[in-house]
Amino acid sequence: MLWKSADYSGWGRVLQAKGEIARPERQAALAALLDEGLLPAMGMRRSYGDAALNDGGRAVDMTRLDRMLGFDPGTGILDVEAGARIGEIAAAFGPKGWLPAVMPGTGFATVGGCIGQDVHGKNHHHAGSFCEHVVSLTLRTAKGVVEVTPEKTPALFCATAGGLGQTGVILSARLRLLPCKGDVMVVTERRMADWEKFIAHLDTSRATYTVGWIDATAKGAALGRGVLEEGETGSGLMPQRIKRRKVPLDAPNFALSSPIVRLFNGAYYRRVPEKGRTVVRPISDFFFPLDKIHDWNRLYGKRGFHQFQCVVPLDQAPALREMLGEIAGSGLASPLAVLKRMGPGRAGYLSFPMEGYTLAVDFPNRAAARELIKHMQARAAEVGGRIYFAKDSLARAEEIPAMYPELDLWRKEVAKADPEGRLATDLVRRLKLRVAK
Amino acid sequence: MNRTWIILGATSSMARAFARAVSQEGAGVLLAGRDRTDLAALAADCQLRGARVAEAVDFDARQPDGFAALVARMEAEEGELNAAVFVGSMPEQAAIDADPSLIDGTVTDSFTGPARFLQMLAPLMEARGGGTVVGVASVAGDRGRLGNYVYGAAKAGFATYLSGLRNRLTRAGGHVVTVKPGFVDTAMTWGLPGMFLVASPEKVAEDIQKAVRKKRNVIYTPFFWRYIMLIIIHVPEFIFKKMKI
Repeated sequence: MLWKSADYSGWGRVLQAKGEIARPERQAALAALLDEGLLPAMGMRRSYGDAALNDGGRAVDMTRLDRMLGFDPGTGILDVEAGARIGEIAAAFGPKGWLPAVMPGTGFATVGGCIGQDVHGKNHHHAGSFCEHVVSLTLRTAKGVVEVTPEKTPALFCATAGGLGQTGVILSARLRLLPCKGDVMVVTERRMADWEKFIAHLDTSRATYTVGWIDATAKGAALGRGVLEEGETGSGLMPQRIKRRKVPLDAPNFALSSPIVRLFNGAYYRRVPEKGRTVVRPISDFFFPLDKIHDWNRLYGKRGFHQFQCVVPLDQAPALREMLGEIAGSGLASPLAVLKRMGPGRAGYLSFPMEGYTLAVDFPNRAAARELIKHMQARAAEVGGRIYFAKDSLARAEEIPAMYPELDLWRKEVAKADPEGRLATDLVRRLKLRVAK
Repeated sequence: MNRTWIILGATSSMARAFARAVSQEGAGVLLAGRDRTDLAALAADCQLRGARVAEAVDFDARQPDGFAALVARMEAEEGELNAAVFVGSMPEQAAIDADPSLIDGTVTDSFTGPARFLQMLAPLMEARGGGTVVGVASVAGDRGRLGNYVYGAAKAGFATYLSGLRNRLTRAGGHVVTVKPGFVDTAMTWGLPGMFLVASPEKVAEDIQKAVRKKRNVIYTPFFWRYIMLIIIHVPEFIFKKMKI
């Protein structure tokens, strides 16, 4: 059958949608579908909120259009369909000495999704954002299929990179892969005793890949403690086929209650020896640590969860420290919290990155947590930062223009590419992104 | 060992998953089907995943004139020759009730077309002294049901053919695996009501690979369909004929 009536949601499972979804398995089937009118495209729905939802409308699931179409070892350019998953590309090319230049925190993200959110990875400070490595992409707009490149169609490219799928359906892309030594990671883990130490290490780290896990429940002198991971690719042999685990059912609500999270975080912190250690891991373990546990979002129970992620400019580190203090004081955070220093790299009008520090913290979906996140979002805006559309389900429309000063440029291009507004998603409607004030 | 698989009906998602899995092990794949553009994309994908050779070739179950060229193409590959059959068509039973001539196409796609091809390939496999045929039948072939008994009958015929072919090829060092998938998440089942315990094409491909390695004869995938079908087969006919399942 062509259409499937489905109830679906983003990764956080808080925002839901109901509608018909088509899932073509061939380009010809997709083309026939889009000839009848553009539809919002979705991938693996790893965005937490409503970026991939179209409640009451139709959408096209791109995950079966996932083939790698060609690779030129001379230039490292890979031509790939939009539904291909980053982890699959890494698994196929890592052993040959190539990796996607930018990999988000889950290997399940599709190429189309990575473009639509202009995602970043643990090497953002060196490599920039995902779309900075997109050489060209084929886009099905209202006018037909167009080839989009940063050089020849710069405005359309900037509106598509991080453009939340509003300029058209991304059919395929040519990505410049990055040479790597092999498909194992040499990872150095160090305890960071507090915020100051953490920031100082992030500022001076020379590693290619850097990421910090932060204990968002630690207070007082331990505020901002965590584990800094620095990684380099290496060659060697690692057992690759690790048994994947599954979360079979929704966890009860107390599973992530404050005392349990505190206990877990303490143990997780002390897991790394006081003097640090260097370990060797398969690349997928380092880049996609949670992908080993299928459906881990069910750990948050039926009510779902939120992730708050913001970035603030470099000189606003003290403000971010205050924000972390409030989060720790609230006792609402889950173990999943990440601190990273970002470089300036971004490719599109609505790209998230800016040079500064980014903090991401998960919260179970409770009223107090929602209030806290809204407060944090306002704080981020006040200090010149911004929130990440891939994670958001709580922001308010009036906050966005200040966070994204190029919003009007984006709107202009989007209006040209999809004049009838057929590609609008729940997120775009909620934040009134396409409607000028 | 140089291995080559010809995969009939390679545009289906189960076939795609299987083609990728054997490509990762370095086998050669000839991807046979009707949509040349789509097969070319899959061939590129298989090549990048490690296939020794990956090529799109034309196969239409209803055009047997093209079979000889395919067999010749297989003969050009050295080493072990294998075939995996994923073809089949399942018009809605209501459509067949309205136009009984649809039976011919269904039986050709699901049974006689691929059987005829395998019959032409078998001597070559015997001459090479090995190789495996994977034939995808269906749980629908285990018992005729109101909802799809023409498709079921065609697949039952194919399963019986595979059983005979197994008898033949085993003597020459070859093997035949009959695969009976339950509900699989494919374009054929997308959006159908009443689906449960749906398996991914990747899971089915994994089960098939394991069955090839272990020389299993008949597998159900996922495995529990063996027990579901065991029950369905044993429902007495005087009850079964009144059931709507």
